[in-house]
Amino acid sequence: MDYIYLAIVFPLLGLLVNGFFGRRMTRRAVGTIASLAILGSFAVSLVAFFDYLDAGEAARSIILLPWISLPPLEISYGFLVDGLSLVMALAVSLVSFLIHVYSTGYMADDDGYPRYFAYLNLFVAMMLTLVLADNLVLMFVGWEGVGLCSYLLIGFWYKRAAPSVAGLKAFVVNRIGDFAFLIGVFLVFWLYGTFRFTELRQSVETVALAGHLPITLIALFLFGGAIGKSAQFPLYVWLPDAMEGPTPVSALIHAATMVTAGVYMVSRMSFLYSMTEVAMLVVACVGAFTAIFAASIALVQNDIKRVLAYSTVSQLGYMFLAAGLGAYWIAIFHLFTHAFFKALLFLASGSVIHGVRGEMDMRKMGGLAKYMPHTYWHFLIGAMSISGIPLLAGFFSKDQILFAAFTSRPGIWPHAGMVLWVVGVVTALFTAFYMFRQIYLVFLTKPRFDTDEIHPHEAPASMIVPNWFLAVGSVFAGYIGLPALFAGILSLPNVFQPFVSGALAGAGHVAEAAHGAQELIKEVLTTSISVVVALVGLGLAFYLYQVRYGVTEKLKKAFAAPYRVLLNKYYVDEFYNATFVQPGRVMCEQLSRAVDLGIIDGIVNAVAFVIGALGQILRPIQTGFVRNYAWYIGGGAVLLVILLWLGLGAK
Amino acid sequence: MESIVTYSLVLSAVLFTMGVLAVLVRRNPLIMFMGIELMLNAANLAFIAFARHLDKLDGQVIALIFMAVAAAEVAIGLAIIVSIYRFRRDVDVDAVNSLRG
Amino acid sequence: MNVIELIVFFAAVALALVGAVGMVMSRNPVHSALFLIANFFALAVIFLMLSAPVLAALQILVYAGAIMVLFLFVIFFFVQPGQKHAYVYSLPWQAFLSGILVIVLVCVLVAGLYMGGVFAPEEHVQSMAVKAEELTSPQALGSALFSRYLLPFELTSLLLLAAMLGAVVLARREKRSNGEEEG
Repeated sequence: MDYIYLAIVFPLLGLLVNGFFGRRMTRRAVGTIASLAILGSFAVSLVAFFDYLDAGEAARSIILLPWISLPPLEISYGFLVDGLSLVMALAVSLVSFLIHVYSTGYMADDDGYPRYFAYLNLFVAMMLTLVLADNLVLMFVGWEGVGLCSYLLIGFWYKRAAPSVAGLKAFVVNRIGDFAFLIGVFLVFWLYGTFRFTELRQSVETVALAGHLPITLIALFLFGGAIGKSAQFPLYVWLPDAMEGPTPVSALIHAATMVTAGVYMVSRMSFLYSMTEVAMLVVACVGAFTAIFAASIALVQNDIKRVLAYSTVSQLGYMFLAAGLGAYWIAIFHLFTHAFFKALLFLASGSVIHGVRGEMDMRKMGGLAKYMPHTYWHFLIGAMSISGIPLLAGFFSKDQILFAAFTSRPGIWPHAGMVLWVVGVVTALFTAFYMFRQIYLVFLTKPRFDTDEIHPHEAPASMIVPNWFLAVGSVFAGYIGLPALFAGILSLPNVFQPFVSGALAGAGHVAEAAHGAQELIKEVLTTSISVVVALVGLGLAFYLYQVRYGVTEKLKKAFAAPYRVLLNKYYVDEFYNATFVQPGRVMCEQLSRAVDLGIIDGIVNAVAFVIGALGQILRPIQTGFVRNYAWYIGGGAVLLVILLWLGLGAK
Repeated sequence: MESIVTYSLVLSAVLFTMGVLAVLVRRNPLIMFMGIELMLNAANLAFIAFARHLDKLDGQVIALIFMAVAAAEVAIGLAIIVSIYRFRRDVDVDAVNSLRG
Repeated sequence: MNVIELIVFFAAVALALVGAVGMVMSRNPVHSALFLIANFFALAVIFLMLSAPVLAALQILVYAGAIMVLFLFVIFFFVQPGQKHAYVYSLPWQAFLSGILVIVLVCVLVAGLYMGGVFAPEEHVQSMAVKAEELTSPQALGSALFSRYLLPFELTSLLLLAAMLGAVVLARREKRSNGEEEG
């Protein structure tokens, strides 16, 4: 498995070729090279996957090159190949490849075509660095690298103001989380003297420091980074704005891969989190709160992509909920299925936007199903999967999260499991509702656009074909990690959990393996509730937007105040603006006047003045006569010799 | 020390000084340039004298390389002087003082 | 060292000094050049007596032969006899200051030689014959150049090439209108 670094090298080569020569090549060549580079990564990951199975699923750490060697500090370009990183690498490269292919159609008429693919390749390289790294520092390199690509791609249409501002916002907000993350990384080194996951795990598990304050602090600081990168409350504000970027970027970076980095990091450090119940509970609570908070905002948004953005935030909350309960493999499993159906939803929404000439407001759509049947099916499959309609991928993963919450009894707050479960169920209701609200508004109700002006059309084949692959994934990805109930019925064993569990800590306080009769009854109960909730959400959307179309206007008037709060996203942006941004701006203005103009410029000007004055004094020496200069040289040489003698004499 | 080496070294010092004098007091660039050549030769003489004294070839080798360097320097220097002549039609280095501070 | 050799040596020293002084003092650049050639010939003789026959030959070939001829060419082509300086301003203190500097310089140099032990009494005359044998051999110089000093030697060739190109570029400027900015 020493060749695993090739998975990173291929996209980097794609970046170099497209970055330097992209403008001189045809668009077809640019798109093909970029896609093939990612296909190469996928192939490498796949080969590594089979080698890993052959090798008896033994985790391997491969050191490619030393990077910083200052004993006791040893950091290398090392890659860790185990179940967790392989699952991530496979999911990332596969989804990335499909989105690359989709992009060749979506971006076909864009001026920045080579630039776009260069950024996209760099992103994949960085994401794979993040998931394959065998130490925290290299992981941080990937972490920042994907952040950079996110910034570049959100602001891809930099000539317009909104994308540039959104890119900046994403970068700055992430910086806050990354700062916490860095502190966590430094604390890890301070406490354990190593950055490598394998060594770290050994020291954490042998030195019994469970529940100690430093571990809790490290866990919380690292989680701070995850909050920023994975858009959790309170740092989620950048993700909805990130929708200003091209839609495939939203699908790849802001739904399927980058934003899940936080979940991956928490799972990778699960041995640490398992030592501290406080941090675990914080993770779970933040996740659950974010899930319901974002889902409630998504209920009333009108922008097709913003709904999906808040939906992503909400689903990431689910993943943290699972991770916080100690069900790390379920978090990764939901991450895995979510990558398929959320990428599918975004790409389908991209096809919609493409088909109606850039319109994103769902109030100006409607009835598009007959114009774009493929896209309708894609969106429907994605929506059913995320809403938890039975037997689709999202159903299995989300159901297990809810079950984990239902059965968990965290030591410091035994009732937390039940509370979190209720929150999760309500979120599931919201999810089903806003997804089908979207289906009705976009595809099924009567057209609300000027049919003479706009002629919606189906997307080209390059965009439809990848979506079908993702649709297949959205339906069947769940069958590799079935919950015990369905695994028994369908006699399909859960292969996902044992595969990734080697890299994860013990399941904490979630009942594991003990699937007795009582467990089975609980599982049937929670599963039925989930199904009912999903169907209720679906039915509500059907009633409000199909049966009694137009009733929503009356509801808006009846519940004007709550509606306005939701529509304005709880005024969080306004709050941040008033408390952080504006005071910061005022402070900067003052500082720029007092410190920059006064002190800094003053110093610079003073230096310039002194040098000018010196120049005036020395000016007469430069007479312009060569013979004078010759005299200076001779005199200087003689003086130097005499001084040398004097110096030697002094010795 | 062998007398011939001693005399040669003193001669080298005197010749070097004469070269310096030529550069410092003459206004004709060609003669200044000859002064530089004289200085180089004085240095060469010192090298060869020391080679003799130390019974090592290295001094001679350096003297030889010096000659090549001097030849290169003459080629460039004369080319510059020719350019200046063409441009100013004058033979006085003091007239070329436009870089005065 | 026998008497004849000593006479020849001091004659060469005298010629070198006369050549140097004459070069500095001559009003006419042609005379300066000729004095310098005489100086170079005298130096060649001294080189020969310091057991450096190859360098003596090169001194005559390169300096007296090539370089000084180049000087004379330039003088003949560009300096009309009797040409007056267009620029009459002369540095007033230059001659005086130069005199002081030169005196100090020669003192420093001789003092340096003295402190370096150059005037110490002769030590081992008997080994002179052996020394001369090795130093004098052109073969030894050649092998030194092509073995130990190969890199500097080759670099010198590069330097000469660069100088040649530079001289061509500098001197090439054909007749453009005078006073025009040349690039």
